[in-house]
Amino acid sequence: MSTTEATARERGRTTVPTTPPLSPGLLRVGERNPGMPLELDWVREVRVNRSAVERRAATLGTRRSVKKAWQAAWLLKAVTLIDLTTLSGDDTAGRVRRLCAKARRPVRGDLLDALEVDPERLRVAAVCVYHQMVETAVTALDGSGIPVAAVSTGFPHGLNPFPQRLQEIRASVDAGAREIDIVVTRGHVLTGAWEALYDEVAAFREASGAAHLKTILATGELATLRNVARASLVCMMAGADFVKTSTGKEGVNATLPVGLTMARAVRAYAERTGYSVGFKPAGGIRTAKQSLLWLILMKEELGTGWLRPELFRFGASSLLGDIERQIEHHVTGRYSATHRHPMA
Amino acid sequence: MSKVAEVFETMEYGPAPEAPDRALAWLERHGRTFGHFIDGAFTDPARGERFETANPATAESLATVLQGGEDDVAAAVAAARAAQPAWWAAGPHIRARHLYALARRVQKHARLFAVLETMDNGKPIRESRDLDIPLVARHFYHHAGWAQLMEEELPGYEPVGVVGQIIPWNFPMLMLAWKIAPALAMGNTVVLKPAEFTPLTALLFAELCHDAGLPPGVVNVVTGDGRTGAALAAHPDVDKIAFTGSTEVGRAIREATAGSGKKLSLELGGKSPFVVFDDADLDSVAEGVVDAIWFNQGQVCCAGSRILVQEGVAAALERKLRARMETLRMGDPLDKSVDMGAIVAPVQLERIRALVEQGRAEGAEVWQPSWSAPKDGWFYPPTLCTGCAPSGTLAQVEVFGPVVVLMTFRTPSEAVALANDTRYGLAASIWSENINLALDVAPKIKAGTVWINCTNLFDAASGFGGYRESGYGREGGKEGLWEYVRPSWEVGPAEATEASPAVPEGANTADIAPETPSVDRTAKLYIGGKQARPDGDASLAVNGHGGRVVGEVGRGNRKDVRNAVEAARKAQGGWATRTAHNRAQILYYLAENLEARHAELAARLAAFSGDAADADAEVGATVARLFAYAAWADKWDGRVHATPLRNVTLAMHEPVGVVGLVCPDDRPLLAFTATVAPLIALGNAVVVVPSETAPLLATDFYQLLDTSDVPGGVVNVVTGLRAELVPTLAAHDDVDGIWHFGSAEDAAEVERSSTGNMKQTWVSRGMARDWMVPHHGEAEVFLRRACQVKNIWVPYGE
Repeated sequence: MSTTEATARERGRTTVPTTPPLSPGLLRVGERNPGMPLELDWVREVRVNRSAVERRAATLGTRRSVKKAWQAAWLLKAVTLIDLTTLSGDDTAGRVRRLCAKARRPVRGDLLDALEVDPERLRVAAVCVYHQMVETAVTALDGSGIPVAAVSTGFPHGLNPFPQRLQEIRASVDAGAREIDIVVTRGHVLTGAWEALYDEVAAFREASGAAHLKTILATGELATLRNVARASLVCMMAGADFVKTSTGKEGVNATLPVGLTMARAVRAYAERTGYSVGFKPAGGIRTAKQSLLWLILMKEELGTGWLRPELFRFGASSLLGDIERQIEHHVTGRYSATHRHPMA
Repeated sequence: MSKVAEVFETMEYGPAPEAPDRALAWLERHGRTFGHFIDGAFTDPARGERFETANPATAESLATVLQGGEDDVAAAVAAARAAQPAWWAAGPHIRARHLYALARRVQKHARLFAVLETMDNGKPIRESRDLDIPLVARHFYHHAGWAQLMEEELPGYEPVGVVGQIIPWNFPMLMLAWKIAPALAMGNTVVLKPAEFTPLTALLFAELCHDAGLPPGVVNVVTGDGRTGAALAAHPDVDKIAFTGSTEVGRAIREATAGSGKKLSLELGGKSPFVVFDDADLDSVAEGVVDAIWFNQGQVCCAGSRILVQEGVAAALERKLRARMETLRMGDPLDKSVDMGAIVAPVQLERIRALVEQGRAEGAEVWQPSWSAPKDGWFYPPTLCTGCAPSGTLAQVEVFGPVVVLMTFRTPSEAVALANDTRYGLAASIWSENINLALDVAPKIKAGTVWINCTNLFDAASGFGGYRESGYGREGGKEGLWEYVRPSWEVGPAEATEASPAVPEGANTADIAPETPSVDRTAKLYIGGKQARPDGDASLAVNGHGGRVVGEVGRGNRKDVRNAVEAARKAQGGWATRTAHNRAQILYYLAENLEARHAELAARLAAFSGDAADADAEVGATVARLFAYAAWADKWDGRVHATPLRNVTLAMHEPVGVVGLVCPDDRPLLAFTATVAPLIALGNAVVVVPSETAPLLATDFYQLLDTSDVPGGVVNVVTGLRAELVPTLAAHDDVDGIWHFGSAEDAAEVERSSTGNMKQTWVSRGMARDWMVPHHGEAEVFLRRACQVKNIWVPYGE
């Protein structure tokens, strides 16, 4: 065990969790999750019934419907929760600068005027790029308050040498990233090596320093929902600020059953420790309608308090475009077209 | 601030109303007033007594409908009778086409049906749109298939004829589909009476039948309240009554139709257990409770209204439930974001309130979420009751509202005991991540449907129906078809065979005049595997051929019946859990031992009939019959239904339990064996009242039982006078079913007496059955009657 890992675990051990019920009054709102010692009994007793979770997931969108002004407002909210992302091999500085410009003004000003919404309040939550693009993005977003998130630790597979992965985090933080999206070693989950997973994530947290840590589980590669729930818990115990579904590169990305499972893990953690951890579904979320479903999921399972960028993000690249068209439809009453909105 | 800017901060859901326009337009087109639908047309809505049907969410009237009287019922039954021969003669494929067309049309007008249903019933549009109406279409599709396949799948069967169907208000269209689809598929015609609170979708469906070109008279709808239903049940030209509703009314219908020869299927009340083990996924359990008891405001006969949770996780589950209840949304049922709508009528609302108050007075802790229910219509909030004893009102009485009790248990066997501590047996839900545990508990709970890690799932391919006082008969699946057919050879009641009855002691004894006194053989009763002297210490002389007394049998009384039922109850569970192979072996052993005494039994039979050759043939047939049911014992398989989910729906054949068996007088050895054998082959224990005229064959038989390893109590024989024994047996509340082969008058009495515990009855009403002929005396109907189908839903996937 490296010194860093040991320190991380030590640190975890100093925070003995209490077990208040999940009530907003008792949550430590705004406080970072400090993590806690690895509690293997808790991890092992986790049970997730896939069929039942799928049934609930399937009815989330049939039990709730958001229409008219409410829909427009919800879609605007969704915009503010987007980690506007580009993670392609052909990313260039020019492409990233264009994305950052879109991040500052994600929705056409005339539409916001029509809806009487302050454009200053309408920015995406973050811009998410590879390490190479962090400086470009930081510069492009200067003064906007929009943080830059860097995917890290051998993204998307997470199998680079461990010291190198730590170094990657530090480099991105040094370059100005305020959020680090790390990937976990899937093998630790698949083999039940919970200590190893805990140590890894705790070390990443240590390396991130003040930058917020999002732990990508790559749920499409974890085989079962039970694994998803257990991995979520271990990451939170190790000090994750966010648990995130996918890199966007797995065969299956953010699905509602996976999201429901992770949201419930977040709730269980909050109930036990009082700390609110964020949740970020990523990959495959492309339509306005999908974004509404995810918002409904969060509101139903975790409460309205989770519908803010500190606690919920969409990892998405093309979602914004569809939302813009829906918002224009709400304003004009006519169906919109992609080319009517500035591209990212 | 604009609405958008405001909602951007609050992130409220806002209203999302489903438009009522088309449903209102349909009502207006009919002038908001409806006649009955008889012989393919609506009757004059102005003629007769009328009443209003209201929207429970607003208490406003929607339309007026007619209160059907006896003449309306008679007209509808006559139309159905007139239409039936042609409908049957049209053949499977034509009927399949019609049912297919009905399915299509329901689907094409799905939203209109859903909206109208919600307006008339008060259930959320989400449910009528996503559950009720899609299941209706599915039911007609599925049964279009059964219509097509009837000749191959039910050879030798014919329609019952004209079916009277009485349905409840909780799932008006779905219950209509469950009733009409199988009836029509099997070639029957129907008169349907929808519930008085919710007649509108049935009338819309009637219109759809007309538009779809269904022949006039095949489907008739008569509206009205319980009086109309009673008139339908009482109508002499109705061949079968199918009823879904309260146990109270079901009991009344059983009494009213007793002795009429009408077939009867009843789907009644429930107090279904919802069993949560400590290894369950508790978040999913909480959602399961939502689906179990807050679905349709808890107005569901199979609602999981008794949560039984393992003590160690009870507090955690309770906390999760309370949190979940806070996020349920109650309001305008037409709003697409509403989880719970209105209670169907003020009388129901009052009943719920009264029962909850009674529970509170008995010490139950009543918890409701902090939000308040709408005041305009008839609403009742979701309610969780704890601290309620198993004997408490809320734990025993069907509330038929959004009220659930939560009780704890320590062990699986205690969970089973608590689950079964009810008169009902409609459904159960079991939550555990341990499949060993779940599949161990599922067969032990007395219920027609068991959902593992799910609840309130329905499908046309799976039978639904109850055990115990939840009724009998199944709806859906192949098991549901039998309710709507009868064997082609059953042409109607025939004269019971005349035979000389047993004679009370003291009479005729002079006739016994053997040259050399034989050793006196004393036939006794046979109870719990032991020969028992009758409680009354009395005997009956038995006359043989030519009036000669050939022996004596014990004259059993009500206490002997009581003892026999106790013995049967004690033995039944163990017998049923033996392997089918083992039961088969014992039946073969019986056959072997019977054959060894072939000559002796033939002589005994000849002593009654005077026909040695015929007696020899009867013994031979009896051996063959035992072989037949030994063969069936391990082949009467259940099914795996192809329900449209990722799951297996196991249709398991379970024994009825303790069955009373009143044997016919003719063929005293063969008929006795041909009825006892199928019952015990499938795991029942029986209390037999053998032939009154030739009981000595039964008393001879018990010696075979003794020597063939049949466990004590599985077969109990109580000889005596039927008039003294049968009423006790038929009324006994721990007898689960009764087969009666005897006169029509006695059958009527048996049916009437069965209502105490709503036991299943199968009566011959004096109809002749040639026991020597296999399709009369060895038909699969014996096996079907000897079991009940339990459907166990097992979703899978990790």
